[in-house]
Amino acid sequence: MGLTSSSITRVRDEDALGADPPYLYPDYVGTRLRAPKEPLIALPYSLSELTGPVYGHRPLGELDHDLTRQHAGEPLGERITVSGRVLGPDGRPLRGQLIEIWQANAAGRYKHSVDTHDAPLDPNFSGAGRCLTDDDGAYRFVTVRPGAYPWRNHPNAWRPNHIHFSLFGRAFPDRLVTQMYFPGDPLFPFDPIFNSVRDPKARERMISRFELDLTQPEWALGFRFDIVVGGRGSTLFEEPHDD
Amino acid sequence: MTEAQTTEALGLTPSQTSGPYLSIGLLRNFITGSVVPDDDPRAIRIRGCLLDGAGEPVPDGMVEIWQANATGRYAHPADTRDEIPLEDGFLGFGRSGTVDEGRFEFVTVKPGRVPAADGRLQAPHLVVGVFARGLLKRLATRLYFPDEEEANAADPLLSELGEAERATLIARAEDDGLRFDIHLQGEGQTAFFLV
Repeated sequence: MGLTSSSITRVRDEDALGADPPYLYPDYVGTRLRAPKEPLIALPYSLSELTGPVYGHRPLGELDHDLTRQHAGEPLGERITVSGRVLGPDGRPLRGQLIEIWQANAAGRYKHSVDTHDAPLDPNFSGAGRCLTDDDGAYRFVTVRPGAYPWRNHPNAWRPNHIHFSLFGRAFPDRLVTQMYFPGDPLFPFDPIFNSVRDPKARERMISRFELDLTQPEWALGFRFDIVVGGRGSTLFEEPHDD
Repeated sequence: MTEAQTTEALGLTPSQTSGPYLSIGLLRNFITGSVVPDDDPRAIRIRGCLLDGAGEPVPDGMVEIWQANATGRYAHPADTRDEIPLEDGFLGFGRSGTVDEGRFEFVTVKPGRVPAADGRLQAPHLVVGVFARGLLKRLATRLYFPDEEEANAADPLLSELGEAERATLIARAEDDGLRFDIHLQGEGQTAFFLV
């Protein structure tokens, strides 16, 4: 046997990207001092990697998914719904998935002490939501469309409108934090975070779709965002290593 | 609708940075650094600092831990070893921000030993995830325990690492708990994993 006697391998990040961006993407200045430089250690999955937190049975607040109803009044801005399904790479729905989101308000300002952008806070908008997927893997949020905002990465740098998403997937390797973008954003070509994903097709998968069918007359535009989560490095272990 | 019967694997949704405001969405809810209550007699306090390549603390990050319970069972359907008891109320997941000058903190129990892929027992460990502004995707590492010398020496992973690298994965004992700093880059960089 002995197939697993030397159980670890070393993998350079740039050789194992899949759909993901690299750790080091110098155009995004924040990566320069934070990206590890040593190769990553790849090890065959044990139960530590085949498991992960399960939140499906924990009841959430009734309004946790509705960011427009968390205060006395309604937030300003363009009311939207964001809905979709969470799937594994095999197309099967992920049920009972905890999804956490956060975003800027309609003016492009986060309710956070570090955000000093000269745009108004909205007393009726905190910008955080969560929900669980149903048996079909489906989820739905009600919110307002977040504004674009400046950041100091490079001169005249602006982030495209986006909503941050956090999901757990089926097990530890699946854990995903990403950003959902809006179709047709003119800032895409200039944004190093969006463009850190090198594969144009993969970039497209971060952009929600406007759907008239999801749009509710006299009330809110509807955007669809399907999310596919699965372990990044798992494919490396499909064939036995013989070194 | 997405066809569920597709034979070709669906493309994964790419990762993006959590950005500097992750605390809005991830740290103001029911998930905290207390994996067990502070007054659990078995509780261990784990403290550390998240540091960048210049040795500066990273105040806009988050550390997550995932672990088996004290007897070595994961609270997850893939761990089918029914002979090892689950523990009521023990999920095994914790989260800490690093807002206070890069410092994070957990209160948990030392997990039991869990088999590796080849069946050998691993030393007790936590799996650790790191997020921050400037990290375009999560970093994964592990935390091992300093008072487990024998198990650590026999661990299928630790035993294959060089001394310096191995040292980055073993917490240090302090008077009132354990210390585990995470160095993202440069001298003494923490060993990170592809998962």
